[in-house]
Amino acid sequence: MELSAFELLSALFILVLAAVVGYEVVSKVPTMLHTPLMSGANAVHGVIVVGAMLVAATSEGPIRIALALVGVILGTINVVGGFVVTDRMLEMFKKRPGEQTRERR
Amino acid sequence: MDALEVLTYIVWLVASVTFILALKFLASPSTARRGNQLGAAGMALVIAWTFFTVEGMLENWWIIVVGGAIGAVAGFMGAKRVPMTAMPQMVAIFNGAGGGAAAVVAVAEFLEFADHGAGLLPLPFVIATLLGAVIGSVALTGSIVAFGKLQGIVTARPYMLPGQQIITGAIFIALLGIGVYVAAVDNNIPLFLVFCVLALVAGVVLTMPIGGADMPVVVSLLNSYTGIAVAASGFVLGNYALLIAGTLVGASGAILTQLMCRAMNRSLFNVLFAGFGTAGGAIAAGEEGEEQLREITAEDAAVLMAYGKRVIIVPGYGMAVAQAQGPVRELMDLLVAKGVDVQFAIHPVAGRMPGHMNVLLAEANVPYDRLQEMDEINDDFADTDVALVIGANDVVNPVAREEGSPISGMPILNVDAAQNIIVLKRGRGAGFAGIPNPLFSNEKTKMLFGDAKPSVEELVQGVKLA
Repeated sequence: MELSAFELLSALFILVLAAVVGYEVVSKVPTMLHTPLMSGANAVHGVIVVGAMLVAATSEGPIRIALALVGVILGTINVVGGFVVTDRMLEMFKKRPGEQTRERR
Repeated sequence: MDALEVLTYIVWLVASVTFILALKFLASPSTARRGNQLGAAGMALVIAWTFFTVEGMLENWWIIVVGGAIGAVAGFMGAKRVPMTAMPQMVAIFNGAGGGAAAVVAVAEFLEFADHGAGLLPLPFVIATLLGAVIGSVALTGSIVAFGKLQGIVTARPYMLPGQQIITGAIFIALLGIGVYVAAVDNNIPLFLVFCVLALVAGVVLTMPIGGADMPVVVSLLNSYTGIAVAASGFVLGNYALLIAGTLVGASGAILTQLMCRAMNRSLFNVLFAGFGTAGGAIAAGEEGEEQLREITAEDAAVLMAYGKRVIIVPGYGMAVAQAQGPVRELMDLLVAKGVDVQFAIHPVAGRMPGHMNVLLAEANVPYDRLQEMDEINDDFADTDVALVIGANDVVNPVAREEGSPISGMPILNVDAAQNIIVLKRGRGAGFAGIPNPLFSNEKTKMLFGDAKPSVEELVQGVKLA
């Protein structure tokens, strides 16, 4: 296995830029949406299921197959459960006509 | 680089953009749902692309199909069936699953490549693998403990092992020592497995001493951890979709955790290591139970509100447990019909998670522009006729303004500034944090004991007659 300096630097660039984007995007979310946000972010890291799939693709021995299977199960739970539960939360935020105006004081 | 590989990079790019937009759209109620669906679409794209284009996938298709089917059914059923009150636990479980998957991927990759002998593996590869394994494992067991505490299976009280600091320190040093050895000296498989087991133990040991009231912060932090573990896996596998998505979540989870800590005016360190609820025992013992509490009937309380100009409702976990949000909305409608200005004051950590109350009230179709955050509404209590506290306790506890209490310094809702305070409370005990609340013995306060749902229903009847 070889890792070129270019690959390492590319990964570093992506890492730093993605971290900045993650920071910027979240610092503007109102408190009321924090729970859906946490849940949505939780669903996004379910992309790990792709990693488990890549392990599965190169599985030969029983140990690696077992690990791949566990990984795929856990990753799918994360992805499916994450998006569905977030959608359920957000379904409740539907804006209803006639209620837009703030009637304070 | 052939065409398929180029397309793979493009797919990763598209998926990454959908993930970023998903998080961005979550910033506004009107776009949030679309954002989530966009993220799901990006996820489906990258999963399908991986399945159909990666070499070897179709030979081992059954692993994906069987594992995917089991995971999809479990995740879908869990997400659809969970009651709204148990949402934080569910997020914890899904997060634990993700952390577990990241750890499993790290283990599989290490076993695969350490086996091939021929000298040490490249250092960045091993470090990323170790990070994926340790952080994923901590996220897995930590999330399970958090789930247990929120669900009431594990004690919500901070649980300190004898010699907690020494055990934590020893595990940390062992992890570091083994990690350095495995990375720099010998890619030893048994030692690597010991490393993983230690990490699993660390997740439990680090989470048990944290009180149940702080679990939302912990879930958020573990969410961030899983993101980092996924990013590490992305590096190990050379997959930019994982690297970007994981880093995004790692960073946003860290910020969210900070925001939550700030809402409680505590540092993350304090949350994680202070053993919340074990300090400040002196105050707790001194004021227990002796004070006079004034009770009020639902009819009287209803009249007080119906003829007020302004009512602020302060919901808390008690409302969530009792599933009282429907009747609360009905109460709001009736009061508004009578010309009362009704607002909801939402403390950032009311319930078990930021936004928990908003979700519940939105479920009951309370318009979200009636929900006010603490800073927006705190000055309004002074010219409010009735503050109606429904199952909230620690977030309205004036003790937080004094020194020497575990919640000292936590910003609270200024409920005690209102003309009248009506508190709906299940029993006479202390709140989740176990601290007595002088608000309840305030001379302006009237208590209405009982489960929140029947209590609010009685208030609704009372307002109808008033």
